[in-house]
Amino acid sequence: MKKVVVLDYGSGNLRSAVRAVERAGAEVTLTGDFDAALEADGLLVPGVGAYAACMAGLREIKGDRVIGRRLAGGRPVLGICVGMQVLFERGIEHGVETDGCDEWPGVVERLQAPVVPHMGWNTVDVPTGTTLFDGIEGERFYFVHSYGVRDWTLVTNDRTKAPLVTWADAGDRFVAAVENGPLCATQFHPEKSGDAGAALLRNWIGTL
Amino acid sequence: MGVAVRVIPCLDVHGGRVVKGINFLDLRDAGDPVELARTYDAEGADELTFLDISASHEERATTMEMVSRCAEEVFIPLTVGGGVSSTADVDRLLRAGADKVAVNTAAIRRPELVAEIADRFGNQVLVLSVDARRAPEEAATDSGWEVTTHGGRQSAGLDAIAWAKQACDLGAGEILLNAMDADGTTDGFDLDLIAAVRHEVTVPVIASGGAGAVDHFPPAVDAGADAVLAATVFHFGTLRIGEVKDGLRAAGHPVR
Repeated sequence: MKKVVVLDYGSGNLRSAVRAVERAGAEVTLTGDFDAALEADGLLVPGVGAYAACMAGLREIKGDRVIGRRLAGGRPVLGICVGMQVLFERGIEHGVETDGCDEWPGVVERLQAPVVPHMGWNTVDVPTGTTLFDGIEGERFYFVHSYGVRDWTLVTNDRTKAPLVTWADAGDRFVAAVENGPLCATQFHPEKSGDAGAALLRNWIGTL
Repeated sequence: MGVAVRVIPCLDVHGGRVVKGINFLDLRDAGDPVELARTYDAEGADELTFLDISASHEERATTMEMVSRCAEEVFIPLTVGGGVSSTADVDRLLRAGADKVAVNTAAIRRPELVAEIADRFGNQVLVLSVDARRAPEEAATDSGWEVTTHGGRQSAGLDAIAWAKQACDLGAGEILLNAMDADGTTDGFDLDLIAAVRHEVTVPVIASGGAGAVDHFPPAVDAGADAVLAATVFHFGTLRIGEVKDGLRAAGHPVR
């Protein structure tokens, strides 16, 4: 059975993430330990609350370095919600700019929609070639967020492959998921998305 | 398409047990919140709300265990409310497995609590529960709506619409709007109240109170509700989650 670490770097509901990954068929440890997070077959980076607070918590346990080291070795990482947002270049909340892990270019900013937070079950626009959404392309997933990546111009050349980006619309278009080699992320909560979420986690565990 | 209208059953719990009568389906233990949560999940509930009506610390500790067991078995969002009065209470509930926490009376007494919770945990965890009704003539408010406490028995001396707006400015991420005039009538949601709140806030609004038939739900969404919550009609099997969703879908509203 594959071993997954759910990275513990602050408060919030981590129990659901742990149980959902267990149910999807992996052995799960909830820890903020550097070596454990580095050695696991898969690392799940959750995250709720403010961008700045999440980045501070992540840096405190050197989580940003764990992510970087794992990716250098091609070892899978899955970011969820703010755990996805911190993978981008930076976040802007209430006028405060915070540097992220900078694994991807792009800025996390407030959604420009009539009703914010974007809360509830929404559809996603899945690109061809997806692994994460295999068999669940038409399902709805549970979102709860006020910020997102609203613009991402993908640049490719002969040497690199562009990330597969899934978009969603909450009255404002934003990045709902990214598949980029060993680095994947979802803005929605697979651990709260019922059977569809469980299928997505199984798809991810299948890549480990 | 867009985000689906959420249909949310609400369970009153006391000392970790569901207290309102449940008499539908073949539940082995109708008072077990976990079994009931599982049943509602299977029926298509988009979220579950637990309202803890316990009075003592011991009973609340039992509720905490109940939340944990639910979070381990049911993979849809869980909101827990009832007696939440500090950031420590919120932290305990989130750690137990709640995704969102509803505050009501404690926020009326001390509005700063809303900002404290939002600053620490983010506004997405914070549901402001407002028990509102038409203000009586002798205690008129600007909007015509007032906030009540003690299950609608007492006036809080606050304008309900102004309070909802203030709480959102302080950081509430969602409004659970309980229409006290409609509550228990099964005559339909209080559409005027929903529209009045929708007009003033930009966070999601959950309409509650008055649901008695499938065709009561679409007008609540037309009035501005993002989600609909009901207790009795679901617990007694008067309505099934699927029927409510079919009704919403037929009226042109997206559902899961």
